[in-house]
Amino acid sequence: MQDTLTSALEASRLSKTFLAGGRRITALENVSFRVRRGVVTGLIGPDAAGKSTLMRLAAGLLIPDSGSIRVAGLDATRQSLEVQSSIGYMPQRFGLYEDLSVQENLDLYADLQNVAIEARPSRFGELLGMAGLAPFVHRLAGKLSGGMKQKLGLACALVRQPSLLLLDEPTVGVDPVSRRELWGIVYRLVKEMGTSVLLSTAYLDEAERCDEVILLHDGHLLDQGSPESLREPMKGRVFAVKAADVSRRTLQASLSREPGVIDALIHGDHVRVVMEGQSPPASRPGMEISPLLPRFEDSFVTLLKGPAAPVHAVTAQGRPVSATAGPVIELENLQRRFGDFLAVKNVSFSVSQGEVFGLLGANGAGKSTTFRMLCGLLSPSAGKLRVAGVDLRHAASKARAKIGYMSQKFSLYGNLSALENLRFFGAAYGLSGKQGSNRIAWALEEFSLSEIRDAVSGDLSLGYKQRLALACALMHEPDILFLDEPTSGVDPLARREFWRRINELAVQGVTVMVTTHFMEEAEYCDRLAIMAAGEILTLGTPSEIKASAKSENPTMEDAFVELIQAKESA
Amino acid sequence: MNIRLTGLIRKEFLQIVRDPSSIAIAFLMPLVLLLLFGYGVSLDSEHIPLGLVVEAPGADTSSFTAEFHESRYFKTFAYTNTRNAVQAMMAGKINAVIVLRQDFARQLRQPDGAPVQLILNGVDENTARIISGYVDGSFQNWLEHDAAMRGMQSEIPVRIEQRIWFNSELRSRNFLVPGLIAVIMTLIGALLTALVMAREWERGTMEALLVTPVSMSEVILGKLIPYFLLGMGGLALSVAMALWLFEVPLRGSLWVLFAASALFLITALGMGLLISSVAKSQFVAGQVAIIGTFLPAFILSGFIFDINSMPKIVQVITHVIAARYYVAILQTLFLAGDEWQVILPNAAALVLLATIFLGLTWRNTRKRLE
Repeated sequence: MQDTLTSALEASRLSKTFLAGGRRITALENVSFRVRRGVVTGLIGPDAAGKSTLMRLAAGLLIPDSGSIRVAGLDATRQSLEVQSSIGYMPQRFGLYEDLSVQENLDLYADLQNVAIEARPSRFGELLGMAGLAPFVHRLAGKLSGGMKQKLGLACALVRQPSLLLLDEPTVGVDPVSRRELWGIVYRLVKEMGTSVLLSTAYLDEAERCDEVILLHDGHLLDQGSPESLREPMKGRVFAVKAADVSRRTLQASLSREPGVIDALIHGDHVRVVMEGQSPPASRPGMEISPLLPRFEDSFVTLLKGPAAPVHAVTAQGRPVSATAGPVIELENLQRRFGDFLAVKNVSFSVSQGEVFGLLGANGAGKSTTFRMLCGLLSPSAGKLRVAGVDLRHAASKARAKIGYMSQKFSLYGNLSALENLRFFGAAYGLSGKQGSNRIAWALEEFSLSEIRDAVSGDLSLGYKQRLALACALMHEPDILFLDEPTSGVDPLARREFWRRINELAVQGVTVMVTTHFMEEAEYCDRLAIMAAGEILTLGTPSEIKASAKSENPTMEDAFVELIQAKESA
Repeated sequence: MNIRLTGLIRKEFLQIVRDPSSIAIAFLMPLVLLLLFGYGVSLDSEHIPLGLVVEAPGADTSSFTAEFHESRYFKTFAYTNTRNAVQAMMAGKINAVIVLRQDFARQLRQPDGAPVQLILNGVDENTARIISGYVDGSFQNWLEHDAAMRGMQSEIPVRIEQRIWFNSELRSRNFLVPGLIAVIMTLIGALLTALVMAREWERGTMEALLVTPVSMSEVILGKLIPYFLLGMGGLALSVAMALWLFEVPLRGSLWVLFAASALFLITALGMGLLISSVAKSQFVAGQVAIIGTFLPAFILSGFIFDINSMPKIVQVITHVIAARYYVAILQTLFLAGDEWQVILPNAAALVLLATIFLGLTWRNTRKRLE
């Protein structure tokens, strides 16, 4: 009994399945864990790991197939109303009424949570101050920025001081500055009020900010503990490798094939290597090896992968791209306005052949608008724009034949099979007869899609969907590949595999352009531009950008936040 | 009323005021539908184009055709032979042809009588039946006139003295407009509620709502009450237009009209809530509401099409259409008066349906996401 009282939440042998399209999908299987009181516990895992299901079970919104979940000693399923009176819950899209103002949203949730009228003015004042929303009380929630919506959602969940706060992916799609602010608020709550917090996230770097983490993957509990204890076994197994004579990509490819290497990942100017044991990878002349502190992601990847297995080499494209002189993508003072609003202001940069170029920025920074102009989907209001040597203002369709495009939403036809999707995209790019069937055979073989060729693509796992989407984008052997937030939410192994292919393409001369708000992905690029409010704040290699930050040993996120804050205070 | 419920109701009204589409469904749609049906659709038949073929004109044929020339129901066109008249009918210029053969005058005074041929365009069977009735009437008139002229008693021993009750001017508007109110109330009640509930699911606000200590009955009442008031507003607008714009008489009492409408509105809201407890996207909810409530209210309620002339099986189906009972009450209230022997059984049926719909909603809606 004493034990139950000390844990804020307790799941025992919890299982939950869903029926989707006639198939039973397991969301959680036999999951047991405890969430301690008065600390921040992170529920970490990629999309479809079962995080939201777990949150909803805890909030009494779903009924488990078997097992039980207890919140502060109360059964969340049978005593859901009592549980709901003691928790604060913020669902993924914040649960705000967009046509109600900030104040009206707070009023509504205060009514629903039975907050006494007398207590409201001081509580609202406190919450609005904490969220920095005091100047905007009369603004409609729909007109707030993503970061402000997130903070209002949090304020609504906190309107009656909860003993347990459940936050379902609160930081998704929110810029790094707002992410930091949210973490600040969460820690104040824990410190000042003793609130217990369970927070789910797909960003592995956020795990480091938690007091304790629960690792979920495919509905299974992988591990639980403090981030330090999870990192502990990785100590002395992580190294930075630099080589003067070969490119980072070649180095990464050769290192990942070496025995004893669990993980090799491009990270800024070096390759980050995780070893099976304490010994560094075999050194060659010109190679520079130094030890690194382990990150949470290292342990997660090691847990997922198990013992190191040799990675099979990929040949991403049938043919190398013929070399072009001069830049492949060229922007000069590019502008785009929507009515009075200048979405992109005087953006200039150029990308040369075989380069992986990243556009980094929060939602609304102008990345997508720039991207759409580059793909010829949107015409610029002013400025010059050349892609593959073609002026997009005059010959957009000619340029489009050389472009492959893949977006985060994986624009596949969900009710067609994998093979039918490949056929369709092949036909859409004008591949027919022998050429078309050759490319389909290549795609099935290269992306290991043969076993799922007849499966309806909407039912595929995220990793397969992503592979299929990339295969579709490569059907016509494009010279330039545009990737729009390609790996958000996929697990770290799928992300690694995806980038291995992208790197291979780059080596063969394909130019790759990526947008992302995912800091980790920025490290894989050769060069990147950070955008905010339609402008480029800085442009350079990942190391150059990180070096410009004032803090010690800065991460990409530190550099990003500093740049944005400098811009705002200017 | 408790604080949670008032909070929900206040929120709903704020949303109604800020979202022009709810206002449009509640007030603009009744306005458009009433104007369209009040002015645009008329089931009255006047000035029907009628072809007259007289093969051998004479005194008898002129007095016969005069009966049709003078009638307000017909607009006559003369043809010299049947072929031309039939061609005109093929071309859609006329709806019927009357042929008086060469021997009309000679046969007329014979014991067997003279044959008169009536050819009807039966494509629209309803109109054809109306024309046939009018022709019969005009023909009887002529026989009587003819007999009177010759100083003889009519040979027909029985005469029909027509008195049309309830809608003595036979204005189709008088029965269309009350029926239309039923269609409008179905739209406001079922479509609007189904859409706003689905919107909460779609935008993820329902999930946040369900995790608060609010009870499901409060969530349901929080939707019922605002949209009930909105629907009664739409009703007031429709009744005002019926009375003052279209000059439909109201022979029953206004309070019975509002009481019966309130009852029907609750039934319709029940249908809307039931739909939204199953369909959780606005698109699906809208489709189901249109096909499941609006179209039946339009077609199977007796608003335009007479239920008694439907096939037996369809007649049976109409018994589950709430609008059917409301249309019967409305037409009685407007055109006949407070006829309790019509109103009470229909109201009882509405109470039963409302109980079923709300009961099913109650059972289907649990404070869960599945």
